[in-house]
Parts: sequence; C-alpha cells; structure tokens
Amino acid sequence: MTFIGKDLKVVGTRPIRPDGVDKVTGRANFGADMTVPGMIWGKIKRSPHAHARILRIDAEKALRLPGVKAVVTAADFPNIAAEEAFAGEAIMDFRDLSRNCMARDKALYDGHAVAAVAASTPAIAEAALELIDVEYEVLPFVIDVEKAMAADAPLLHGELFTQGIEPKPTAPSNIAKRINFTKGDIEKGFREADVVIERRYTTRPVHQGYIEPHACVATVAADGQCSIWSSSQGHFMVRQYCAHLLGIDIANIRAAAAEIGGGFGGKTLIYVEPVALALAKKSGHSVKIVMTREEVFRGTGPAAGSVIEVKLGAKKDGRLTAAEVTLKYQAGAFPGSPVGPGCMCALAMYDVPNANVTGYDVVCNRPKVAAYRAPGAPNASWGVESCLDELALALGLDPLSLREKNAAKDGVKAVHGPTWQNIGYAETLAAAKAHPHWRAPLGAGQGRGIASGFWFNIGGESTASVHVNEDGTVVVATGSPDIGGSRVSMAMMVAEVLGVAVERVRPIVADTSSIGYTFLTGGSRVTFATGMAATEAASRVVDELKKRAAVIWEISPEAVEWRDGMAYPAGQNAGAFEPLPLAEIAFRSARTGGPISAEAAINAQGPGAGFGTHICDVEVDKETGAVKILRYTAIQDVGRAIHPAYVEGQLQGGVTQGVGWALNEEYIYDKDGRLENPGFLDYRIPVASDLPMIDAVLVEVPNPRHPFGVRGVGEVPIIPPTAAVANAIYRAAGVRLRDLPMSPPKVLAAIDEEKG
Amino acid sequence: MSKIHVSTVINDDPVEYLCEPQQSLLDVLRDELNLTGSKEGCGSGDCGACTVIVDGRIVCSCLMLGAEAEGRKITTVEGIATGDKLHPVQQKFLEHAALQCGFCTPGFIVAAKALLDENPNPSEEEARYWLAGNLCRCTGYDKIVRAVLDAAEVMRAEAAE
Ligand code: FES
Ligand code: FES
Repeated sequence: MTFIGKDLKVVGTRPIRPDGVDKVTGRANFGADMTVPGMIWGKIKRSPHAHARILRIDAEKALRLPGVKAVVTAADFPNIAAEEAFAGEAIMDFRDLSRNCMARDKALYDGHAVAAVAASTPAIAEAALELIDVEYEVLPFVIDVEKAMAADAPLLHGELFTQGIEPKPTAPSNIAKRINFTKGDIEKGFREADVVIERRYTTRPVHQGYIEPHACVATVAADGQCSIWSSSQGHFMVRQYCAHLLGIDIANIRAAAAEIGGGFGGKTLIYVEPVALALAKKSGHSVKIVMTREEVFRGTGPAAGSVIEVKLGAKKDGRLTAAEVTLKYQAGAFPGSPVGPGCMCALAMYDVPNANVTGYDVVCNRPKVAAYRAPGAPNASWGVESCLDELALALGLDPLSLREKNAAKDGVKAVHGPTWQNIGYAETLAAAKAHPHWRAPLGAGQGRGIASGFWFNIGGESTASVHVNEDGTVVVATGSPDIGGSRVSMAMMVAEVLGVAVERVRPIVADTSSIGYTFLTGGSRVTFATGMAATEAASRVVDELKKRAAVIWEISPEAVEWRDGMAYPAGQNAGAFEPLPLAEIAFRSARTGGPISAEAAINAQGPGAGFGTHICDVEVDKETGAVKILRYTAIQDVGRAIHPAYVEGQLQGGVTQGVGWALNEEYIYDKDGRLENPGFLDYRIPVASDLPMIDAVLVEVPNPRHPFGVRGVGEVPIIPPTAAVANAIYRAAGVRLRDLPMSPPKVLAAIDEEKG
Repeated sequence: MSKIHVSTVINDDPVEYLCEPQQSLLDVLRDELNLTGSKEGCGSGDCGACTVIVDGRIVCSCLMLGAEAEGRKITTVEGIATGDKLHPVQQKFLEHAALQCGFCTPGFIVAAKALLDENPNPSEEEARYWLAGNLCRCTGYDKIVRAVLDAAEVMRAEAAE
C-alpha cells in the first residue's frame, strides 16, 4: 500500500492541531500540572562534590521534622547487576542508570542525587533536605576529556576497562570504549592528495534546555500496583526502566504520558520516576517530584563536550582522497557518550575513498550525558564541516561546489558501512545553489557560510489502533508521546486513508495499559514508524468497512471499492447501489458484525536517511566580538511533509538550538568541579531578538519504505549550524574559530590576534 | 508561621486565599488556586513561562509574592479568551503552528497580548525585543513572531470596524 505519487487531500495541508486549543488556553496538563488525592511532595538531595565517597547518610533529624513521611537512599533500591539495553540511539546500562538516579557508594558529579525526601508540603520537603546529614570523603576529580584519558587521571570506576582494544587492557581507565571505522588505504589516500588540511576543533557540553523541568507523580498501592504520570519521551520507556530498577512486574505499572514540555533527547532517560516510586512505596502516599531549573542543569542531560581532530586530503580539483577523524567525547559519569553515532556521521555525507575514523567514549566527573537531537553528529560535523571549509579556501574553491563534488549519492558505500539508497543530499545542495539567498549581496563586515548535516533516523516498534465511533467519527490511539505536534500528523494520515476530513479523526496518546508497546519518541521516528502503524491500522479499518458494505449490499467484499470516505460497488457487475458513507456503515455496524476497529503493531523498517544543507549570513562587530545572525536558510530532504508547518518548525527550532550551541551555550565549571552556570541567566539560550526569520526549505525525495514517503526530520537541523556560523564568521571577519561556543570574548580575541 | 490572607481579582473574578509569606504568586496560582496554565520553567525570572499581567503590566509570577497580589488585578493565560472565543493571539498561534511542545505558549500568549494592548502595530523588531524575556526552545521564534504580527493586524482591523 503506498500513497506516494497519489493525489492527496489531507497530507500536505496545514490543519490546526487537535491539542492546540488546550495549549493556548492553559488547559493542557504537563508533568507538573497533575495533582492526585492525598499527594505529597518529593525533593532530591544532591552531592555538592564532583567526586566523593559516601561514608554515611543520617536521615534521623529529617524524619523527626513534622510533615516528613519518608526518606530514601540507594539502600532503598535493589543493587542491580550490569545489563545493557538498547536505548534508541545510544547504549544504556541499567546498573549505571540506577546509580545515576541515586548514587551508591560514590557521588560522581556535582548534582548527583544522594537521597530523597517526601513531605506534606514542598517547603517542609525542602527544609528536610537540609536536615539529611551526608558524610563524604572528597576524592580527586576530572572534568576535561583529554585529562580524563591520561594514564594518571583520577578513576571514576575501578572496574572500567577500555573496550575495543587488543590485547584487552589489564588496568582500569576512564576510556570506556574505542571505536574505529576504516575504508580503503588511508596512507595512500594522503599521498595522492595535492592539499592536506589538519585541524583540531573543540566543544563544551551543552544542555538540551527544554523549558519544562522533569516532573512526575507516582502512586504505589498496597497490593503493589503502581501508576506513573510523567513528562518523558516514552511512557513505555518509563514503565520498562522503572520496572527494571525497582524489581516490579511490568503489568503492575501503568504509565501515562503527560504533555511534554520539550525533550530533544534529554527525556529518553528516567531521573525522578524511580525516586518518586520508592518514596511512594515507603510513605504510602502518592508522591510528586518536580525538578528546579538548577537541578535540571546539574543533574540531567547534557550533550557531550568533545575534541574533534580532522585531517582531509584532496586533489587540486577538490576530489577528496582521504579523511582521518578522531573523536573524543565526554560521557559524563557513566559510559555511553554518543561517540558511536558521531563516528558514523562524521564522513557519512561524502564519497571519500580512503578513511579512518576513531572514537573514544570517556567518563569524567560531570552529569551522565543524555541524547540531544542527533546525538553525536553535531560535534563530529562541527569539525568536518569546518575543515571542509578550510579546505575549500586552501583550494580556492567555492564551498558549495566542493560539497557537490564529493557528495554521497545512491550506490556509494559510506565509511561506516551501508550503501546509500534513495538519499537526497545532492538535492539539498542543488536547492541551496538555486536559492536566492546563495547569491544575495553582502555588506561590509558580513559573511556567508554553508554547511551540511546527516542523520540516520530510526524506525522500530509502534502500535496504533483506529476505532470508528457510532456516528462515523474516528479515534486514533498510539503509544507515542507527542512532543512537537505528531498527533495531528497521525490524524492526517488516518483521515487520508479513510477519506474523511481530518477534524473527524481525533488522535490520543494512550497509556501503557491501553495500547501495545511503543518505543520512545526519539530518533525522529514517530511520524515515520508510528505513522506507519496508524496508516496500517486505518487500512485494516478500510478493509473492514468494505466487508460491512458488502454485508449490507449482500455482495462479495472484493466487489466493494473505498473512495473519498465511501463504499462504492466496484464496477457494473457488482450491482447498482448508492454509495455508503462511513457514517452510515458505522451507524449500522451492530447489525453487520459489531464495532469497527483495528490495531497495527509493527516493527517499522526502512527509515529514510536525512540530509540537510544550511546557508547562514552573519555580521561581526569588531569592537565587541558579537556575532549577529542576519539571514538563515535551512534546506532539508524531508521525504514527505505530512503537516508542512510542523516540519518547518522542526527545521527552525533545530537551527536555533544549533545557533545557541555555536554562539553562547556552554557548561562552565569552577576549580572544585562545580557547575557555575546552572540557570538560564548564565546559560544563555537564544531569545527572539537574537534571530531573524528562518527560511525552511522542504525538499521532498520520498522514502519508498513509508506509505506516504516520510523521512524523520527532527534531528538533522541541529547539525549544520555550528559550522555554518563559523564559516560565515571567517568570511565576515577573517578569523577562524575552532572552539565552541564562539562567544564575543573569543571572537574578539581572535580578531585582536589576527591584527597582531 | 501563620498564613497571610489575600483578597485580589484574578481573571475578573474576586478571589481570596491564604498563602505562606514566602510563597510566590506562581506557586499560589498553581498549587492553591489550581490555575496551572502559568508554567514554571526556571523560578528565577529568566524564562517567562510564568508571565501574568498585574494591573496592566507583565510580570514574572515566579518573582512576585502571593502576598503582593493584595488589591491588584491579575490576568493569567486562563483569562485571555472571552468565553469560548479565543483571543486573536491565541487563534493566530494555532493557525501559524507557533507552538511545538506548548510549554512556553501560555507565557508568550500573555506577553503578546500585553504587547498588542500597548502597541497595536509593532514592527518585527519591536515584537522580538518585547518577547525576548520569553524563552522557547522548540520553535526558533519564527512562527511565534509571525503569529503575533498577524494577530496585531486582525486586532487593528477589528478596532477599525
Ligand atoms: S518561571 Fe518565572 S520566569 Fe521562568
Ligand atoms: S514550544 Fe516548546 S518551548 Fe516553546
């Protein structure tokens, strides 16, 4: 079943989202908006040290405070063994996850949870935190990635031995893993090059920065049945991880998806849910935990900081002959940085015959990193896309032509393995070249940069069910939390298949007990995979509707056709009947076989790879070093835009996060390893006055593996901005910035140095 | 610590409540009055998710004490629509897809309404600077700014009628 190339009525239009009115009137229920009868408040006590042994925790004084109902520490959680789980785009270990939610034996970063309290009011809970006495033995710590890799670095985990090197190491290290991909003969490739450019680029950790802090309400009944309301990118993920961490049967947890106030990958893990469950169990009350912004910065996320070394060799005409990339990524306190995807994305966009990519996953005394929009790719592409620009300048070539010359096309085998099929990278470059922005004149002190990005996108397990109501309206239920408008896309795809108006289809996100398993919202998978499930369920409903019409007409179901929301007899031989609208069939369903509904539970395969190319104009103030974004165009192959406005929104939002990463955002630590800027005042994300309008150009090269041609779109747009901005700054001010963020003092220092 | 008695007007309704001396207006709205439309993104005046209008001026309700509401007139996001008729800013947010997660939306709606009450014909730059106290991490502001400027146009046309 495919709708690619067909004339569509709903897909591609811009209806108002069904959950919209609640969100503009304040009625939508986010994580912190839930209250349940008898609910009390939980708060988490966090380590003030970057690295410390926990010698003793004394909660006696806290427990004596009136209103305090329970205190929990690691002793209240099972001490579980190491076990890896697939977490979408990264590997996750349950033992580490448990210890990240509640420190056991050692606190590994400033902000690591060490105890939690539940009390009748937030103020009492807050006061009780102060009364919990924790005795620490402060240990030496390490924050910087290369220092953490050094042989004499303080070790975070005595039992961590570097994977991926032969022979197996005998001494523990902070390097959790070494990864390597090679293609061709790298030595030969560099020998053949006319020009070789070798550079080093660096980044600091940045936070996903969702405006809604983590929040949940958990209840544990006396018979062990639990319910969890929380803001997450996957309520099935919450259920599974909580069950594992606390040793609860999955059937005894019912998890519901609150409206989620942003995640960007940062809510693909749990933090507060198992703590709330443990407090609820111990106190006998429902427990609500809402993080403060400071806790969000100190205790969750961020994305890895990194060192990216790039060496590119090319012929005079610009053909790449060799590429060597080394990536060193901070994982934070536990292994699992996105260095793997970083290695794969580094050269994925280019047809380079000889390559060598090496990655290191390195633990250090910072919060455990979490996925952040195309995890790992922005770091790698910051290096490679900047270096390509330096190469273009050295060769005297225009950076767009250099990319065209080397762009991966169908049939090219990527360095990380796959052979490309149905990809639209070249189309995004062609669209960039044809865009008026590319040729628009620039003023003095202004410059234009270009950069591209690639992300895999994922598919995976999704369940959707479609129910026809008695009056012919329709409900589509899925298990995917809606983070940016996916519900409207579900309704649109179902409406298209059924041939009814989108307003007749109401989408909901069902809780874990009301729909089949659905993998979390991440990897740009929902419109692709859950959309595929919804389309499949709707198609089954159409089959059923045809059967019911056949019963009414007393003909064979094969003799019935479905068009524009109505059953028609298929051709003259089927008989002469007035078309039967969906509502009519629904109304008569009791007499034709009962309720009409269908469910599709699938493991979606074939997510289309996503490519984007961005053009950015900047102006550099040579007195202050401030960089102003003057104009921005983001071009992306989106496969097929179901609701173009929300696809544009993904591009515009991703660009803005990328611009923040480029110009302002960074974690700053003091000499004791404490985070100095855990708030939006000192961790500055872009505001409305920092940006111009962002032109989102949707290129549609359909993905043949999806019924409507959808590719994931959410992640690619954060990848190109850092290099696009740096490349523009070079052309505006003649200085090459290689350390993010390119904040005014750094730009100014580079300008002063250039002046000599 | 005894509680403070406060009489105020919220969304045109007279309201009385008891609050703790250190409780913010945002906490009172959310936890005592069940007006959870105003959101807490930071609690420090930096994100604007908690924006309300107090006597005609926009205020971060996380920075104001509940006790300070005595005798004032407060409008929250729940009071922007008239009955079942959305305010033009709300309608244009929907039409322009000016929200993704929607968590920042209440703050933007309130701030934008206050802008248009004061300046019915803002330039793009004026709108961007007015809204610079409201953080949105999802949209890149493009569609938000368009929605606000479009709402301004609708309101000017309505006023001219
Ligand atoms: S919660 Fe008040 S400004 Fe952020
Ligand atoms: S729509 Fe998510 S923060 Fe603005």
